[in-house]
Amino acid sequence: MAQPTLDCRGLRKVFGDLVAVDDVGFHIDAGETYGLLGPNGAGKTTSISMISGLLKRDGGSITVDGEEMTTINLAAKALIGLVPQDIAVYPDLTARENLVFFGKLYGMSGKALQSRVDEVLEIIGLADRAGDRSDDFSGGMKRRLNIGIGLLHKPNLLILDEPTVGVDPQSRNAILESVEQLSSAGMAVLYTTHYMEEAERLCDRVGIIDHGVIKAEGTRRELVQMVGEHDRIRLETTSGGLQSAVAALSELPSVVEAGAGDGLIELLVTEAGEHLTKILSIVTEAGVAVAGVDIDEPNLESVFLHLTGRALRD
Amino acid sequence: MNAAWTIAVKDLKQRVRDRSALIVGIVAPLALAAIFSFVFNPIDDFEFSAQYVVVDQDGGPAARLFVDQVLGGMTGDGTIEVEELATVEEARTLVDVEVKPFAEEVESADAAFIIPPGFSAGVASSDPVSMEVMAGRGDQTAAGVAVAIAEQFASQLQTARVSTATAEFYGLTGDRAEIGLRALAVPNLAAVTDAEATSKILTGTTFYAAGLAIFFLFFTVQFGVNGLLEERHAGTLPRLLAAPLPKLAIIVGKGITAAVLGLVSMAVLVIATTLMFGAEWGNPLGVALLILAGIFAAIGIMGIVGAFAKTAEQAAVFSSIIAVVLGFLGGTFFPVGQAGGILAKLRFITPHAWFMQGLGDLQGGNVADVVPAVLALVLFGVVCGTLAALGVRRGMTV
Repeated sequence: MAQPTLDCRGLRKVFGDLVAVDDVGFHIDAGETYGLLGPNGAGKTTSISMISGLLKRDGGSITVDGEEMTTINLAAKALIGLVPQDIAVYPDLTARENLVFFGKLYGMSGKALQSRVDEVLEIIGLADRAGDRSDDFSGGMKRRLNIGIGLLHKPNLLILDEPTVGVDPQSRNAILESVEQLSSAGMAVLYTTHYMEEAERLCDRVGIIDHGVIKAEGTRRELVQMVGEHDRIRLETTSGGLQSAVAALSELPSVVEAGAGDGLIELLVTEAGEHLTKILSIVTEAGVAVAGVDIDEPNLESVFLHLTGRALRD
Repeated sequence: MNAAWTIAVKDLKQRVRDRSALIVGIVAPLALAAIFSFVFNPIDDFEFSAQYVVVDQDGGPAARLFVDQVLGGMTGDGTIEVEELATVEEARTLVDVEVKPFAEEVESADAAFIIPPGFSAGVASSDPVSMEVMAGRGDQTAAGVAVAIAEQFASQLQTARVSTATAEFYGLTGDRAEIGLRALAVPNLAAVTDAEATSKILTGTTFYAAGLAIFFLFFTVQFGVNGLLEERHAGTLPRLLAAPLPKLAIIVGKGITAAVLGLVSMAVLVIATTLMFGAEWGNPLGVALLILAGIFAAIGIMGIVGAFAKTAEQAAVFSSIIAVVLGFLGGTFFPVGQAGGILAKLRFITPHAWFMQGLGDLQGGNVADVVPAVLALVLFGVVCGTLAALGVRRGMTV
């Protein structure tokens, strides 16, 4: 079994009387995007600070491609690309100058550096503004440059700490697309956010963190099942015997609950997408004509609510 | 070390673009040095001259001795001009002329010596005699010098009288006037001469050029040493700390920035004040040693502020206070050392005083004379720099 790109276990950080992070552990494989989902103050940034070697941990272990991460292990730091939550670019330098500066700090030089800078400028969509000072950029452009600096040296692990905060929808979409491409290219991505939609779109697995503790971890499907939430299917019908259809559907193992009334059949099922075809064929066989289908899948918001008793944006 | 240079080059590029270092490091001290230089240059250029007139109503040997020997002996180099007039009225006319600044040159005198009839006889007989000095309203210094000349002559006459009385006491006989004149002719045993000192006072222009240069140096280097706080403020510090470079490289990078800014500022000021205002800094090697040591001390002291301040704004306030207090105490605006007392001793707790002292020592022409000042400045740098480095490393967290 290949070693994960990031493996952290039992992470703990205490500030005075406050236990900011307690027994946090997860791993990320190459090409995988892992989301740390939690509200502000949940411990996401503290965890990331320890993982990227900015903060000494009070307990636990962190390895990046087998290299133990500490605040002074430069070899481990070289494997990571960090995109801090606050925009970390020099306003009085141009986009290119910002990229070249950080590239040099990561040991890049000469034509290789210039070529990689050009490549990154294309990725983040700033090739035509490369010579402009970053203080002339919009918030979204600054965010994209912020990400560009993080991925400049082709890190094995890219850490993005709330990279879309305060970004317009167009730039947000561009950022999410970039992350998807990087992940597809084999980069391991650790993505923290309190935006449920982003976690659902990008992340292969999600760790739900609150009060410094990982409450649950897994794929969206696993998390939904873990808390007993089910998909809801509504079938709008125009004719036929609804009760006989409901009786037949109740026999299916994937159907948890079934009911009918006012021309509607309502079902609670596991894996709605997987069993929809079978459900529709049973309904049709029962002589019911279906005019419309509405599937409502439980999301991470409802999982978070279930696990913590509060909403993500509280 | 590459990373430190990379950081320094980036910082310097930022400083050039925001122009703040340029203004504080070069423009402001140069402008102030120019102002001070224009104000104080007249003192540097001051040359004494006086025009006296003398009316000898006596004509005797003592009176002629004063006119021909005393006053006549002063006219050789053109500093003092003496004209002998026939009447007191003529003298009064010249002395009473009201000399106005910038007015066209008019015939006038700074003072008049009036030697009354019977002056020589009085001197010879040991009777009380007097000489009148009529001072003009123009150059008070020249008038004062005239009074001093007359008093000096009176003192010499008194010496002659004592000599004559002593001779008579021991039974010597002869012409009293002759004896008196012989006594006056005896040269002084002790003479005051201008000795060559190893340390000299800086000229006005040099003093203010050097004082303002070292004063503003402390503001200039803060652009480098406060760089870490600015990185924190800009949000770029985490990115630097996450990069694969030792923390020391970041600190050294900021130190290089401060040193280059300080060096450029001082070099420009030394050259500009020398060429434009005629400042005399002294032996270039000695000046270079003092400047390098001064920059080292400034970085150390301002580094402490940068290390322990919480924000860039707080650091700027603390830095300004420290720079101004040390600057005043160190005598960069006025020569505190000449004030004497506790202040003259206390100034040596500042690097500014050592820098100025070193420049003064250098005026003797010997480079080795600056060694004590250089060592003192280096000591400031080592002690404060160590404290600053410890503080900075402790504070370099997210």
